[in-house]
Amino acid sequence: MRRIGIDVGGTNTDAVLLDGHRVLASVKVPTTADVMTGVVGATRRVLEGDQSPRNGAATAIDAVMLGTTHFTNAVVERANLERIAVIRISLPASASLPPTVDWPADIRHAVDPMIFMVAGGHEYDGRPLVPLDRQAVVEAAHKIGEAGIRSVAINALFSPLTTECEDEAADIVRSIVPEVRITRSNTLGRIGLLERENVAMLNAALQSIGRKTVDAFGQALTEAGIDAPFYLTQNDGTVVMAEIAAQSPVYSFASGPTNSMRGAALLTGLHDAMVADVGGTTTDIGCLINGFPREANNIVEVGGVRTLFRMPDLLPIGLGGGSIVDPENDRIGPRSVGYRITQEALVFGGSTLTATDLAVATGHADIGDRSLLRNLDLALVRHLLARTVTMLEENVDRMKTSPEAVDLIAVGGGAFLIPDKLAGVARVHRVEHADVANAIGAAMAQVSGEVDQVFSGVSRDEALSEAERIANDRAREAGARPESLKTIEVDDIPIAYLPGGARRVRVRVVGDIAPQE
Amino acid sequence: MATEFAEESIDALAIGAWILGTGGGGSPYLAQLNLKRLYEQGRRCSLIQPEDLADDDLVAVVSQMGAPLVGQERLVDPATLARAVRLMEEFIGQRFAAIMTVEIGGGNALSPFLAAALLDLPVVDADSMGRAYPEAQNTSFAIGNLKMYPLSLVDCRDSEAIVSKVPSWVWMERISRKITTEVGSVASTCKAPRTGAEVKEWGILHTVTKSIRIGEAVLEARRAHTNPISAILKLEGGKELFVGKIVDVDRVATGGFLRGKARLAGLGDKQGDELVLEFQNEWLVAMHGSNPIAMSPDLICLLDTDSGEAIGTETVRYGQRVTVVALPSPEVLRTEQGLRNVGPRAFGYDFDFKSVFER
Repeated sequence: MRRIGIDVGGTNTDAVLLDGHRVLASVKVPTTADVMTGVVGATRRVLEGDQSPRNGAATAIDAVMLGTTHFTNAVVERANLERIAVIRISLPASASLPPTVDWPADIRHAVDPMIFMVAGGHEYDGRPLVPLDRQAVVEAAHKIGEAGIRSVAINALFSPLTTECEDEAADIVRSIVPEVRITRSNTLGRIGLLERENVAMLNAALQSIGRKTVDAFGQALTEAGIDAPFYLTQNDGTVVMAEIAAQSPVYSFASGPTNSMRGAALLTGLHDAMVADVGGTTTDIGCLINGFPREANNIVEVGGVRTLFRMPDLLPIGLGGGSIVDPENDRIGPRSVGYRITQEALVFGGSTLTATDLAVATGHADIGDRSLLRNLDLALVRHLLARTVTMLEENVDRMKTSPEAVDLIAVGGGAFLIPDKLAGVARVHRVEHADVANAIGAAMAQVSGEVDQVFSGVSRDEALSEAERIANDRAREAGARPESLKTIEVDDIPIAYLPGGARRVRVRVVGDIAPQE
Repeated sequence: MATEFAEESIDALAIGAWILGTGGGGSPYLAQLNLKRLYEQGRRCSLIQPEDLADDDLVAVVSQMGAPLVGQERLVDPATLARAVRLMEEFIGQRFAAIMTVEIGGGNALSPFLAAALLDLPVVDADSMGRAYPEAQNTSFAIGNLKMYPLSLVDCRDSEAIVSKVPSWVWMERISRKITTEVGSVASTCKAPRTGAEVKEWGILHTVTKSIRIGEAVLEARRAHTNPISAILKLEGGKELFVGKIVDVDRVATGGFLRGKARLAGLGDKQGDELVLEFQNEWLVAMHGSNPIAMSPDLICLLDTDSGEAIGTETVRYGQRVTVVALPSPEVLRTEQGLRNVGPRAFGYDFDFKSVFER
């Protein structure tokens, strides 16, 4: 199977062409202002770079996997967000803190949501708080229709435990304004009313750009001569058919670092390890469990908005190849020359001392012109480089869950900054193509199906097999080949205070992408 | 008499209260959001010194009760806290002159402000713990053996309850906890009313300004890129016990409490050394080997070494870089009766209290 993986980052667009596990070609081009030109360019170049017998044949591509920072950027830049409505079902509880209460003013202004708060929702033990105020939902739906709003978020009290109110409200809204897109908070978030609501609202506000981006990617690929199904990469390291991914843009928020981690796992064959993805400005440290990034259990801010949902647990530190070194104050980073490194770093004839210069001076990297560094005081360079080592050691340790030494995979364009020996690290693994690990991770990604819901009134076995069935269905719907499906995670917690032997079951399955029909 | 509580003090109060929570008391985040919103709506609070209360003034003692998880969905609401105060007034047939919190540690530090903003009453610069503790019998009013009833309790659905009489503080804890569970494990309460004279004699005084002072020191240190922990220690006469990192956390949830241990490995001067913090909702004892070097009621605070931010017993985890500090405890907690209610033996330890500040 020949696949193309593309990772659109803030600075570079990386692309690879794979045949099975073999890398046939890879390129790194600057991300263009209109993004799509860069994607077309990267795709063409990667096809041209293919030296295999079928070289250059765009038609021989079976699938394209895309990772993009589009949706995160939209939130961070407060651009291309659409006006939404939000219906919170919780009254008379939580009345004093309405939706968007903890949003920064500029993004609240950009999304300008029409807010409805209605009575209903459930308690932690499954009892209704009060009956759902259906009439209020009907009235809200009419106002949404009149205002011409096309995207709605619905959030009910304790909906991750009891989805009833959100489902019913969604049906009512759809019956009155059939054309709106609806995001139900229980499909994305967890316990934590405001954080779950924030995820649902961001997702609703990204519906239109989600649609547009997927269409534009489709066109870009057509322009590059490719007629293959394409997929978007997700926060959990898997891919979903682009058409379906467009409905949940929030699931692509962290796809960049996630793709790097998946690439690191696939290139080394390691399933449990730390990954340090060293870029130009920052290093992301993450942890692989079972070949997939460990999930964050805490609040993650996206563009200043607090969220709690499926995101990878990442520790970004201000150290990268372009980090500016300040010998007088004994500091490295967090400021960086970024993409201007090829002009500003000493080894490229510039006048700024960067972390890359330190690595070249000590022979850890062979980049640019080493002779330009002959005036550097080598003892000072060693001292400064030791500082970067301490930074890395401390932060790798922060990401561990126990003191045992771990394997560390060094990837990214600045991977040379990771020394061979680090305290608390059993072995540092380096790989070929480390600078495009993200695109490789994207190209080789599998399709997943996940279920996370409460089952009651059935036995544990019945609940587990029903959950697995739903997860398999979802994976198939997302584009997986049925016979390749494998369950990679089963987690069930009895909920003692819910009636009927209720348990919350979480199942995740992954499978290979289905071949083109 | 009462001075204005400035909007800029909200963040400082929350930071200080989280530190004084000694690992427990619940995050002040949602209460902080509520108070900022009330100020945006034009509401204002004022702070009154306990010395300025008349002996026969009546003071409402409020708190938000319940399970932390439920509090993440059914969010604290100023209206129910205010209603609990009014309900108590209706029951006793008297008006309150001011409002105070039951505990300065954690989210409840802000509870009286939420009620006060709606009721236009001043908040007393005092509390009844000087920190956070889990139960009613851990208060200074219980140590003073003051009357423990009546109690009013309000739920957002217009359920209202009065516990009109109980034989002890422990019974008050049991009955009010039971009602809270029944209404969904979250409720606003107004505890037994206190007179101005009682507050002055048995309250723990000036803890609101203390909390703001600590919070301001942390904020100022962050702005100036100086060490926030040294600032706290200097300000409060505290003691640095240990600098290290968390290497192990062991938690068990039993009988409504979160119990366990956090093990720290030393860094810097403490390299090679170890400290264990034992907790029951709050940090209770710091063990150096088999030697308890600091214990309740002295305040044991676990702080992020860089930011000075408090770390709770629910959120502590492997790898965090931390500094353990002790802050002096209110005198009333160290009296004979005080130690019976909040000394190490009250939490099941088999040793007597020895303050880390006496050597």
